[in-house]
Amino acid sequence: MPVRQLLLLPQTKYLLYGVLALPFVWLIWALFHDALGANPAEALSRATGDWTLRLLCVVLAVTPLRRLTGLSELIRFRRSIGLACFYYACLHLLCYAWFDQSFEVNEMAKDLVKRPFIWLGMICFVLMLPLALTSHNAAVRWLGGKRWQQLHKWVYVLPVFALLHFYWMRAGKNNFAEVWVYLAILSGLLLSRLWFKLNNIRVG
Amino acid sequence: MRFRSDEGFIHKQASDITPLSIYEQRRVFLQQLLAAGWVGAAGSVNAQAGQRPGKLAPLNSTSSTLAGVQATDTVTPYKNASTYNNFYEFGTDKADPAENAHTLKTRPWSVEIEGLVKKPGVLNLEDMLKLSPMEDRIYRMRCVEGWSMVIPWVGYSLSELIKKVEPLGSAKFVEFVTLADPKTMPFVGSRVLSWPYVEGLRMDEAMHPLTLLTFGMYGEVLPNQNGAPVRITVPWKYGFKSGKSIVKIRFTDKQPQTAWNKAAANEYGFYSNVNPNVDHPRWSQASERRIGDGGFLAKKIKTLMFNGYEAQVGQLYAGMDLTKNF
Repeated sequence: MPVRQLLLLPQTKYLLYGVLALPFVWLIWALFHDALGANPAEALSRATGDWTLRLLCVVLAVTPLRRLTGLSELIRFRRSIGLACFYYACLHLLCYAWFDQSFEVNEMAKDLVKRPFIWLGMICFVLMLPLALTSHNAAVRWLGGKRWQQLHKWVYVLPVFALLHFYWMRAGKNNFAEVWVYLAILSGLLLSRLWFKLNNIRVG
Repeated sequence: MRFRSDEGFIHKQASDITPLSIYEQRRVFLQQLLAAGWVGAAGSVNAQAGQRPGKLAPLNSTSSTLAGVQATDTVTPYKNASTYNNFYEFGTDKADPAENAHTLKTRPWSVEIEGLVKKPGVLNLEDMLKLSPMEDRIYRMRCVEGWSMVIPWVGYSLSELIKKVEPLGSAKFVEFVTLADPKTMPFVGSRVLSWPYVEGLRMDEAMHPLTLLTFGMYGEVLPNQNGAPVRITVPWKYGFKSGKSIVKIRFTDKQPQTAWNKAAANEYGFYSNVNPNVDHPRWSQASERRIGDGGFLAKKIKTLMFNGYEAQVGQLYAGMDLTKNF
């Protein structure tokens, strides 16, 4: 079966949902099988953060991939990936609020002021919120295609805050190797858009 | 109709059934059985501490009689204490040292004594092991990152060694140098810290009986990732003050340039006493997560002044501004 038809199959979308849920399923399994090491709370916080960042890379890769391959059908998957990214961000925030702060609002407020990387993470979450809330078809109709698209361009500032959040977290150990990898990937993905624009390449 | 075979759950009389309260203690019962032999010998106050994990060579010792050295907190499982470590020479992830430290060669081993002492020289590990009787001590260990463990160490007061080498009156500080061998320590040379890892104490801190020259934990010699074959343990300071795999002890008149202080002087002070009232610039130190205690849903616990050793060490810092001298 040609790739295009494969991409259009309803089953392909279900497969994607399954794949996007895999990290979550793995984490829950690992949690109940004592496979998260000595500090499961920390492992969960970090893993959910890692997956948010990874899915941000994936969702930003959809359009460049469409342009490179001409497979415009890939657009069908963008919303699910974006939402999955948001769900992992929610889990990440939940881990922080639950395990680190025991849902104590006062403590969280103090922590927010104290730790720059916490408020950077919070900015990311606040930026994602309107995108996730307006991800359904009704919102597109309500906002109108143009305005909806403009709102969703916010996604381009997310990598900046997400990377700073990650960088600051890792600063404690001067351990930046992974930060640079994500920086390379994300800046590549953003710059590719500029390049496509300058060369006037559109999806066929 | 099919009958299930009797797997021990069919009881003719209700009284045959083990009461729930006893059934729920079955693991404790087994632990006590296991521990009984060892605990009897060591006279340990903490049943779990008496259980030797059976991984490494045993280290004979007797329970310390010094006041305040047997924490009554639940001892951290050996598995956690030996797989969740900060030992950057073997990688920065806390799972790294347990994976990478097998390359460390702990025999032959010697420690150089130098600086302002009457008897400088080289001490062989074998001689150090015999220098003073080995004691069991259960210490709380609080990491600057906000987590803690409770570890049964084996060793003797560092003061015993210091007395033997006779420091000069001019010696005000003691510096501890960790091995930095790029051949056996894959991450020596990474830019995270400057190597070798150097830690230090003021003379009175080093002479305090709580400061332990440590050779083992859980009744056995130290695992490599925990600082084999000999390390320092200073229970009232953040964990990074307790240097691992020590190769040099130097007596000086100047405050040592310690590794983390050099890396970020505004974040890691020379003293680095556990202090819930003085936050790290980037996070709060008011509470800590006790590793291996109650699972991932367990609430954090309040951090204690001097990690709960205020009665023993508080007077060392009388009149000092602990916010300034963090």
